[in-house]
Amino acid sequence: MSYKIKFKGPEALSGKEFTYCPGCHHGIVHRLVAEVIDELGIREKTLMVAPVGCSVFAYEFFDVDGTVAPHGRAPAVATGMKRAMPENVVFTYQGDGDLAAIGTAEILHAANRGEKITTIFINNAIYGMTGGQMAPTTLLGMKTTTSPYGRSAENEGYPIHMAELLSNLPGVAYLARTKVNKPQDVIKTKKMIKKAFLAQIEGKGFGMVEVLSTCPTNWGIPPVEANKWLEENMVPEYPLGVYVDKVGDEK
Amino acid sequence: MAEKVMVKGTEAIGEAAIRAGCRLYFGYPITPQSELTEYMSRRMPQVDGVFLQAESEVAAVNMLYGAASTGHRVMTSTSSPGYSLMQEGVSYIAGAELPVVFVNVVRGGPGLGDIQPAQSDYFQATKGGGHGDYRLVVYGPESLQEAVELTAKAFDVADKYRNPALILADGMLGQMMEPVEFPEFRDLNTLPDHSSWAMQGAKGREPHKITSFDINEYVLEQMNLRYQEKYKKIIENEQMWEEYKTEDADVIIVAYGTMGRIAKTIVNMAREKGVKAGLFRPITLWPYPYDALAKLADQAKLFFTVEMSMGQMVEDVKLAVNGKKPVEFYGRTGGVVPTPNEVLAKLMELI
Ligand SMILES: Cc1ncc(C[n+]2csc(CCOP(=O)(O)OP(=O)(O)O)c2C)c(N)n1
Ligand code: SF4
Repeated sequence: MSYKIKFKGPEALSGKEFTYCPGCHHGIVHRLVAEVIDELGIREKTLMVAPVGCSVFAYEFFDVDGTVAPHGRAPAVATGMKRAMPENVVFTYQGDGDLAAIGTAEILHAANRGEKITTIFINNAIYGMTGGQMAPTTLLGMKTTTSPYGRSAENEGYPIHMAELLSNLPGVAYLARTKVNKPQDVIKTKKMIKKAFLAQIEGKGFGMVEVLSTCPTNWGIPPVEANKWLEENMVPEYPLGVYVDKVGDEK
Repeated sequence: MAEKVMVKGTEAIGEAAIRAGCRLYFGYPITPQSELTEYMSRRMPQVDGVFLQAESEVAAVNMLYGAASTGHRVMTSTSSPGYSLMQEGVSYIAGAELPVVFVNVVRGGPGLGDIQPAQSDYFQATKGGGHGDYRLVVYGPESLQEAVELTAKAFDVADKYRNPALILADGMLGQMMEPVEFPEFRDLNTLPDHSSWAMQGAKGREPHKITSFDINEYVLEQMNLRYQEKYKKIIENEQMWEEYKTEDADVIIVAYGTMGRIAKTIVNMAREKGVKAGLFRPITLWPYPYDALAKLADQAKLFFTVEMSMGQMVEDVKLAVNGKKPVEFYGRTGGVVPTPNEVLAKLMELI
């Protein structure tokens, strides 16, 4: 008897078991990125830069050449790689602590240079890895271990909107904000990720997809409620949509 | 034989790097080394290389990390406050075992300090600066010719051990002009092949992973022990120093870099006064030539360390001499360069 494989995991994933908590969106986004890499046929020339944060192991989860950058510096590391290997595809995968706090300068300048790299930005409004401290993306009033009375505008400032900020830079070729808490969002997000890679492959410039994500563990709510909480609280603060698209429609 | 050309220090190092096969440079301007950054911005496009002015030294060192991880020869240069900012990346690069060449043209500190030549980054250069148990090969050239030769060597040694190397110069060396004989251009095809570990795309092979990290303390300990084995080999094979008139010397002046060069004049002046002085000039500041210096402790009566700092290398001299003979120190700091006369006066007081 012979079997036909009808469904298998993407080749761009190594098959190593994810280390993420139940209900965490990191895993979903990994899978989408891997599927895009497969579909674009770029696995053998992709170089990945993992961040510091819960996805620090991402370099192990993807079956591509990979490294881990110091906290926040992934866009600079990716810049060095891309300048050395312009024919390769380079992407960074970063959390909000990584990209919007310690690494704000690096992401801003890489985007502004129109660096031909792709960034996957996971905005879960909190620091996951270190145990639930406040992120620059934490919502006003939201309690974290370092904003135990709720984030206040006077003391900690406002939630930072990276997609809007970066969309003003001419070097950006593709920029979208999305979410993956519903099946239709997952399909949309995959298309966006593909475009962010195409922006690089077509030599148009910097591409980024910001994914609003859950951190059930540090939000202290079960996964299903976390998806609802994201919908009700994060989406109003962080408008979804395509902010920049110089890639054009797929043929 | 190649001709001697008159060049400025910073440019000599830049040209030497290009001839050694460096084709990617990332940097950020800071006096007194901005001319090196400027030189690279002119030269790199001429040799099909990459020049990029980073938004900060923090970014520059991480660009270096990325470029080095692809197996290319890469370099950055900076001066003291900039090198402080790079320390995070230096530690990561050492941990990831990437061959990278740094140039620190030291100026007066601490803090913003000034823009005059100094040697007060010795601790940071040779004892760490970043976190963790790591080492850099550190060269302290005394002249532009030596700087040119050590720059080429730094690339080779970095490649050989997969370890970062540092040229520790000072503002004097960076700014002076001298005739220099450059080596021929390295044929890029003769550079060491790094395809066994470099990130170049996992075509037809298992993916390469480059990190400075393992979450398991026992694995990380093993990684550290492996680094230490490498450092042991570097200590065995890479020590460099120069001795000048030490054969019959009673007093050994110990100095490096620009101060080492000035010290040769001091040795000659002392000898004119009937003092049998000699110079021990370490060229590798790590690995430090402890044994060679220790040998002189059997013969000499006095060691006299002279530095453009408040006394940093003097600790290594004391380690080498190991209490056998007195070790005295004289130094100026803040960017003041000691004159031969003032050092000689201090020496005459000591004997
Ligand atoms: C220089 C430096 N500072 C702080 C840390 C500690 N640290 C590790 S992960 C992290 C937060 C990561 O949060 P985020 O980027 O949002 O990723 P998440 O864990 O939520 O996926 C911090 C502060 C570090 N590793 N390095
Ligand atoms: S701590 Fe939060 S971000 Fe990290 S894996 Fe768990 S759920 Fe995901």
